[in-house]
Amino acid sequence: MADYTPSEMMIVAAARALAGVRTVFVGVGQPNIACNLARRTVAPGLELIYESGVYGARPARMPLSIGDPALVSGATSVCSQADLFGLYLQGGRLEVALLAGAQVDRYGNLNTTVIGDYAHPKVRLPGSGGACEIAINVGRVFIMMPLSRRTFVARLDFLTSPGHLQGGNARAELGMPGAGPQVVITDRCVFGFDPATREMVLRSLHPGVELAAVQAEVGWDLQVAPILAATEVPTAEELRILRQELDPQGVYRR
Amino acid sequence: MKLATMREAISTCVHDGDVVAIEGFTACICFAAAHEIIRQGRRDLTLCRMTPDLVYDQIVAAGCACKMVFSYLGNPGVGSLHAIRRAVEKGVPAPLELEEYSHFGMVGRYMAGAYHLPFFPLRSYTGSDMPRVNPRIGSVESPYGDGPVAVVPPLNPDVAILHAQRADPEGNTHLWGLLGVQKEAAFSARHVVVVVEEIVDEEAIRADPNRTLIPGLVVDAVVHEPYGAHPSYVQGYYDRDNAFYLRWDELSRDEAGTRAWLDEWVYGVRNRTEYMQKMGPEAWQRLAPGEAWSDPVNYGRYT
Repeated sequence: MADYTPSEMMIVAAARALAGVRTVFVGVGQPNIACNLARRTVAPGLELIYESGVYGARPARMPLSIGDPALVSGATSVCSQADLFGLYLQGGRLEVALLAGAQVDRYGNLNTTVIGDYAHPKVRLPGSGGACEIAINVGRVFIMMPLSRRTFVARLDFLTSPGHLQGGNARAELGMPGAGPQVVITDRCVFGFDPATREMVLRSLHPGVELAAVQAEVGWDLQVAPILAATEVPTAEELRILRQELDPQGVYRR
Repeated sequence: MKLATMREAISTCVHDGDVVAIEGFTACICFAAAHEIIRQGRRDLTLCRMTPDLVYDQIVAAGCACKMVFSYLGNPGVGSLHAIRRAVEKGVPAPLELEEYSHFGMVGRYMAGAYHLPFFPLRSYTGSDMPRVNPRIGSVESPYGDGPVAVVPPLNPDVAILHAQRADPEGNTHLWGLLGVQKEAAFSARHVVVVVEEIVDEEAIRADPNRTLIPGLVVDAVVHEPYGAHPSYVQGYYDRDNAFYLRWDELSRDEAGTRAWLDEWVYGVRNRTEYMQKMGPEAWQRLAPGEAWSDPVNYGRYT
């Protein structure tokens, strides 16, 4: 019997993936809370970097957005966005970025622009923000988004931020500085990427989740690791920090 | 002396058909200027801004704009911008053309504009569909043999409107907290309106010159408009009114609700002072942050 929500499992799994990381570029929404949880648990030396121009944030409250004033007070440095993208990101100083998207494909390419045709969209989404250049320049990309057949698609409606493109060595051949997506953390399971084909591979199932249920939510013929791991359940301490300190209103945990 | 009322500054500096940049990344978004633009009935504006936010959702809902140049179209931390989506998806109240970049692309556009360069090179857009839908995102071959590099064109708005904590009457402006792209936008624009929480004398500016992000040299008008960035925030002065960002998400879902809000809070008040009075003192008490002062620094006296 689980006493945590699938969203909480996803946030905890994402936070754990940041163990040992020094610098993380924090995306909007759930990545925000996962990074703040990581800093309080597995990665106490983690520096949180926000595209709003903040390096080394120590927010006293859960930031409402990536531009929250609580990210400024007590930060190591606050700089212009020209400096943030130019010196920190493009300068190669950032190890990991935690990103999300409205659609992801088997190579970890992300769409945050439109559902449907660009000129006449069914749904107009926010667009790139900093995601396109982050996906290209940051050392490694961790993707974090709930599993759903609507979002794990065979073909993106629009490629906003490049993952492994068509797979194989496509990124390296185009001279991209970063290594691209390494892991996809969802509310049901965790995916890695095959080192040769760069295709998404199911690595780990969250407790109580069946393989068939994951396959049913993925829009392509899913590759599965020969030995499938079981994700460890959230600890009482992780849930306490999440519920009492980081997100008492439950905005991100639903 | 560049001190002006908001009404004077907008009527002098913002014209029909202008390219306008009201910048400020989450912080220091000058809603007071946007509301005055709506009240004065400007038309056919091209609105430039990294994150259109509620401020451009409101201007678009009022029918003042024909085009938007941007890099992230959302209600930050909340969801969608419904008025802009109506304009894009259904042409209501008028069609809205979109010209779309990434954040660093928009930053680079302001930088090229401010530096008087023909383009800004950046490591972005490789493998993305963005250049396919925006032909202004280009690519050049490095003359030093490093392969192709993406480029974006300069952006030189007719007017930039920038909110900050304080300025002197000549427009020398202190800004702290998130710096966004305020400096680059100011230097790239043909005309600049600075809107501040406080007017201070020149001595207060000169006592801390490292904090002067925008010099009066590039400023045309200075407007004293306390709480002029509400419902966004100004570091150290007031917090973001998140309840309003959530409320806007509800009320802006249909055209009638959006219209009713504009009637009450924009057309229904003559200026920001009336807006502040209508909000009531308890609203401003609710948004007041605690204090967190930095230690003073010694610039030295060299005589």
